[in-house]
Amino acid sequence: MELTLLSKEKTREIIAKRAAKEFKNGDVVTLGIGLPTAVADYIPDNMNVIFQSENGLLGIGKTISGENMDPRIINAGGICVEAKKGASFYDAATALTMMRGGHIDATVLGALQVDEEGSIASWMIPNKFVPGMGGAMDLVIGSKRVIVAMEHTNKGAVKIVKKCTLPLTAYKEVDLIITERCVFDLSQGILLLTEINPMFTLDDIKESVTADFTVADNLKYMDIN
Amino acid sequence: MKRIVSAKEAISEIKDGSSIMVGGFLSCGVPDELIDALVEQNTKNLTMICNDTSYPNTDKGKLIVNHQVKKLVTTHIGTNPETGKQMNSGEIDVELNPMGTLVERIRAKGAGLGGVLAPTGVGTIIEQGKKTMEVDGKKYIFEKPLGADYALIYGTKVDKYGNVSYYGTTRNVNTVMATAADKVIVQADEIVDEINPNEVVIPGIFVDCIVKKEKEVQNV
Repeated sequence: MELTLLSKEKTREIIAKRAAKEFKNGDVVTLGIGLPTAVADYIPDNMNVIFQSENGLLGIGKTISGENMDPRIINAGGICVEAKKGASFYDAATALTMMRGGHIDATVLGALQVDEEGSIASWMIPNKFVPGMGGAMDLVIGSKRVIVAMEHTNKGAVKIVKKCTLPLTAYKEVDLIITERCVFDLSQGILLLTEINPMFTLDDIKESVTADFTVADNLKYMDIN
Repeated sequence: MKRIVSAKEAISEIKDGSSIMVGGFLSCGVPDELIDALVEQNTKNLTMICNDTSYPNTDKGKLIVNHQVKKLVTTHIGTNPETGKQMNSGEIDVELNPMGTLVERIRAKGAGLGGVLAPTGVGTIIEQGKKTMEVDGKKYIFEKPLGADYALIYGTKVDKYGNVSYYGTTRNVNTVMATAADKVIVQADEIVDEINPNEVVIPGIFVDCIVKKEKEVQNV
């Protein structure tokens, strides 16, 4: 049975807040569209994280609306944004050089499926939903850390699987999976459950993934407040 | 000195079956009036190379909605449901490339290279049907150069020598596309006598003709 203990808003908040803890001062981070974009809202004020996007802006600031909107400065989602102090503009070749070339410290992106080997599928469901990959494939293979931030299941359908069945975005590149129910670390070559939302039990997690995982010796509770 | 012409005149030689590159990321840095002229001209069976197909009623998206594109080489079609519809019905042949791969294929063409070795897509369906090569123990996909008959690009300021400069995030794929087409048409927000050489992003050598945007530019 599908657990519906958390509202959509709370779910997103838990995930975004947790993902925001993954950065350190000075990190250059590229966020995916949708839920991952919300991660920027939870970066502590005293921490300097520089956000990059493939459409040509390093140093993305806050969203601009109303009469101050300038359609010539957007983020990768097409939203008008501020260019922060120290920002730079560049073309697509430079943008993808940053992303593919190993210059981005971390990326946070959503996924349709992630598997126990760290492969990720995020860009198409054949014959049903084919948005395309945009810069995601380059980012996932080039970024120093790949953090998947996604809802634990898709309305009950399992997303953390033994082996991805959907076309891959990248093979064995994911370092961390953050959902509203738990955190899995993949940095040591195994799927390791490191944190759990206190509202859920270990059995809840086992029943809601098909991947085989190991429980960390020092399993911690996620901060859900 | 480069020719300065109307949008209509600039695109008049684009014929049914031509291949075109169109600059812009979504609706930012797009040569919208060149596209409008092409919609008006109703040229069909185009091969279009672009970053995305924008939205149904804006710029690149209009060429899809008006059924002018037969083959599409792009990276993302999610913002324009009409593209997906025409892909599923078989009307448009869509080739999705990772953005970095698309950009480098275009850059390779413009730079006279025989292709690029990309790590992107190894172990995915992007690799299917392509040659791969190992370099220092790492696997790469061989990706071919990609050019077009025409490139329709955007420039914020263009001078009479064809030099182009940009504002904000408008340069995106315009810069690589300027190098990889037989004929390059740039739509300028503003045409000036001379751009400070220190500020030139696309040198005039790549530009064939210039079209001044007619509608007022927002938020200058």
